[in-house]
Amino acid sequence: MSEVSSTQEFQYSSPRHQAESAISGMWLFLATEMLFFGPLFLAWIYSRHWNQQGFDAGAQQTELIIGTVNTLVLVTSSLIYTLGVSFIEAGDSRKLIQCCVGAWLLGLVFLWLKFGVEWRHDFERRLFPASDFAIDDPHRDGALLFFVFYFLGTAVHGLHMIVGLILVGWIIFRARRKEFSAGFYTPVSVVGLYWSFVDMVWIVLYPLIYLIGRGA
Amino acid sequence: MSAVIADTTKHAKSYLTDGTTIRSWLLTTDHKRIALLYLGSITLFFFIGGIAAALIRYNLIAPRGMIGSAETYNRLFTMHGVVMVWFFLIPAVPVTLGNFLAPLMLGARDLAFPKLNLISWYLYILAGAAALYSLIAGGVDTGWTFYTPLTTAYSKGHVVATIVAIFIAGFSSIATGLNFIISIHTLRAPGMTWYKMPVFLWSLYATSVILVLATPVLGMTLLLLAFERIFHIGVFDPAIGGDPLLFQHLFWFYSHPAVYVMILPGFGVISEIVPAFSNKGLFGYKFVVWSSISIAVISFLVWGHHMFVAGTSLYSALVFSILSFMVAVPSAIKVFNWIGTMHGGSVRFDAPMLYALGFIGLFTLGGLTGLFVAALAADVHLTQTYFVVAHFHYVMVGGMVSAYFAGLHFWWPKITGRIYPEIWGRVGAVIIFFGFNLNFFPQFLLGYYGMPRR
Ligand SMILES: [Cu+2]
Repeated sequence: MSEVSSTQEFQYSSPRHQAESAISGMWLFLATEMLFFGPLFLAWIYSRHWNQQGFDAGAQQTELIIGTVNTLVLVTSSLIYTLGVSFIEAGDSRKLIQCCVGAWLLGLVFLWLKFGVEWRHDFERRLFPASDFAIDDPHRDGALLFFVFYFLGTAVHGLHMIVGLILVGWIIFRARRKEFSAGFYTPVSVVGLYWSFVDMVWIVLYPLIYLIGRGA
Repeated sequence: MSAVIADTTKHAKSYLTDGTTIRSWLLTTDHKRIALLYLGSITLFFFIGGIAAALIRYNLIAPRGMIGSAETYNRLFTMHGVVMVWFFLIPAVPVTLGNFLAPLMLGARDLAFPKLNLISWYLYILAGAAALYSLIAGGVDTGWTFYTPLTTAYSKGHVVATIVAIFIAGFSSIATGLNFIISIHTLRAPGMTWYKMPVFLWSLYATSVILVLATPVLGMTLLLLAFERIFHIGVFDPAIGGDPLLFQHLFWFYSHPAVYVMILPGFGVISEIVPAFSNKGLFGYKFVVWSSISIAVISFLVWGHHMFVAGTSLYSALVFSILSFMVAVPSAIKVFNWIGTMHGGSVRFDAPMLYALGFIGLFTLGGLTGLFVAALAADVHLTQTYFVVAHFHYVMVGGMVSAYFAGLHFWWPKITGRIYPEIWGRVGAVIIFFGFNLNFFPQFLLGYYGMPRR
């Protein structure tokens, strides 16, 4: 008979079997996420192709410094989380918690900079695509389009961040109840995959928002 | 000894009687119970979509319409389309027969993620509630395809509520598809290699691949659409340099593969039933299996055939036309394999087999007329006519609904522990076959002579 542990569900033959299924499930989910963001990026690049000057005019209004700092914050957050995963592989639950808290706080910093500071500035400067839009002709139309993508893209990414923070918080909660060990840390790995994916999305958004067209 | 007796009495309880409270049903993670929850809910939506269909037909009796305005008529056929596509056809076989049978066929105790399975049902219910809200609040008049700029700028219906409904239903589909793929990969019984799997599982697998890879594209497309609808500025708006045709590309990138989500599980059901009632093994198992997979792959490459007259380039239209013709090859392989299975077998004409035979005939007709509309020159004449309506109803209703009923009859004793009255089963199958043809065959002719579809 196979070994039975309290975390093993009855349809699996072993904890390892269950772990493999959970991890491949997350990979497949991330594939669906890529296809979820895919049309946004495709439409973004396609629309830029036809409205280059407008998009450039829009990109020049974005806040490069906040964007860059946020990129660093997010990548660091993932790095720290991944360190946590390797700590729990070695059975160090205390260090895992520390890493998760660090990753969680950096995630919060990102959200605050993005929505608390940057979006507030954007709204104050009337960059939201509405009738009182700040950028005037001749590039008004293209810039409007740019900011549709900007707001939708960052909002959807932000939602994914919030989900990620909830998940990382859940890992902290479970780790504090001593549920993870060198023998069982599947949820930590699964959440780690998601948390890194959120980065990946940002890595595509960052040049689309801040870099392309800034020098034009 | 006493332990053994206790054990057998425990197993004497079926999944139906094991816990009879409402709570034990609503919080179940048992794949069989979830299948029944789904069966109940999609039946409800099947009736709602059916009522809309009946009202459409009723309205068509007189040239001026029997009920209300053209606006009402638009809302009727939109609701019919939305409900039937997303709340019946796409989930129908995977969430009922698939949920019930997949673990049994795999030799697993449940799907890989039972909780996710239950969540997918709740998402479906949530989506259904949003759809019902938009229906009761007055409906939508855009057609199930939500073309821009009609949807974003001119429609007066409850577009956003309907979009929310479809968006959520999409995540329900994704959860189901993901569960099947992982289950088939990791939960096969020891010794069950891929080529030893029942062929129904292969078709579920092909279906799930499409669900998982195409549905998210629709999700984002609907978000872009909703943004434009709400803020009156958006990426499909030509006034500011957006492109309405981009919507059609993205929409059909999902919705053409989704057509195969509606028919592939039906292929699987028929591939199980035909051998069972022919007293023979399935002819050409590997061909059937790989035709399912190749249909799933090619289905991602043909979306442009919905836009032949929308102003796409001639060269892209040529390529899409050729690729669309290619889908006919694996589909035909399947039909020949079913016929080959029956050939030389001792065929019994029980109710499931009657439905299956109806399926083969109607699907063949639906598939062949698909070639008419996939041909560039013919499509210019036939597009936007009743010919197209007849074509896809032959595939969707004649094909998929027949297959769904075939499967329900075939596995009904397994699901409920009771047998249905055979004679009424047969009568039903025959009535549906002839009734369907009576309704839809004339539409081929009407369309060919130029009657517009809306
Ligand atoms: Cu198509």
